Amino acid sequence: MHFEFNVEGGNFSKAGTASSQLKKILKQLNVDPKVIKRVVVALYEAEVNIVAHAYNGVIYIDIDTEKIEIKLIDEGPGIADIELAMQQGYSTASPEVREMGFGAGMGLPNIKNNTDELRVTSEVGKGTTVEMITYLNG
Amino acid sequence: MKLREVVELLNAKVVSGEAHLDAEVEYVFASDLMSDVLTIETDNLLLITGLANLQTIRTAEMSDISKIIFARKKKATDEMIRLAAENDMILIECDYSMFKTSGILFQSGLKPVY
Repeated sequence: MHFEFNVEGGNFSKAGTASSQLKKILKQLNVDPKVIKRVVVALYEAEVNIVAHAYNGVIYIDIDTEKIEIKLIDEGPGIADIELAMQQGYSTASPEVREMGFGAGMGLPNIKNNTDELRVTSEVGKGTTVEMITYLNG
Repeated sequence: MKLREVVELLNAKVVSGEAHLDAEVEYVFASDLMSDVLTIETDNLLLITGLANLQTIRTAEMSDISKIIFARKKKATDEMIRLAAENDMILIECDYSMFKTSGILFQSGLKPVY
């Protein structure tokens, strides 16, 4: 199964709609609630990252009997030092993002905790791609 | 403890999801930082927060949290109430500070996550 969602940078009122849709889909597919929570928490963190940092992005989701594969591709400023961004507590979030309850430098580490495989690639001035895989029987 | 008792103890007001007043609560987490809430793995959690915006509800939705208390006089907006209703959540508004809210519930036997 394949799904695609567009994400608007800066639009906090819509942040989380893709994650919400995925949660409904996975529930309908009778996926283990523990797996659902891990997947949607990881996706929500990544979706909020696009809203908080990028201009726009697209989320591609592929579900088969073994795994859920999610790719988020954004157009935005990119990440200069991915290793630094992966460190807990490091954040470049704006005051607006912090007012929404985020921007504490916990997103990427939490995505890592909630996925089986995670790959982040980025080009400064162009954008960031986040790929995450969660196995259904992991 | 039933949510109904929680509401009485806090002299609080239910603004959405009254049907859930008989639900049981055991564990509570208090935070204004949604990033922290998203790291909690405990199920059937009651969240106390002073952050009243749409992302509070979204965060709860992703974390399987269906019970939220807004402390220190924070109010849920219509949009928050609509999204909470869609996701079968109960929203409670409380005039006490986060410390007092947490203190009363802790004293009454509700448990911390860690």
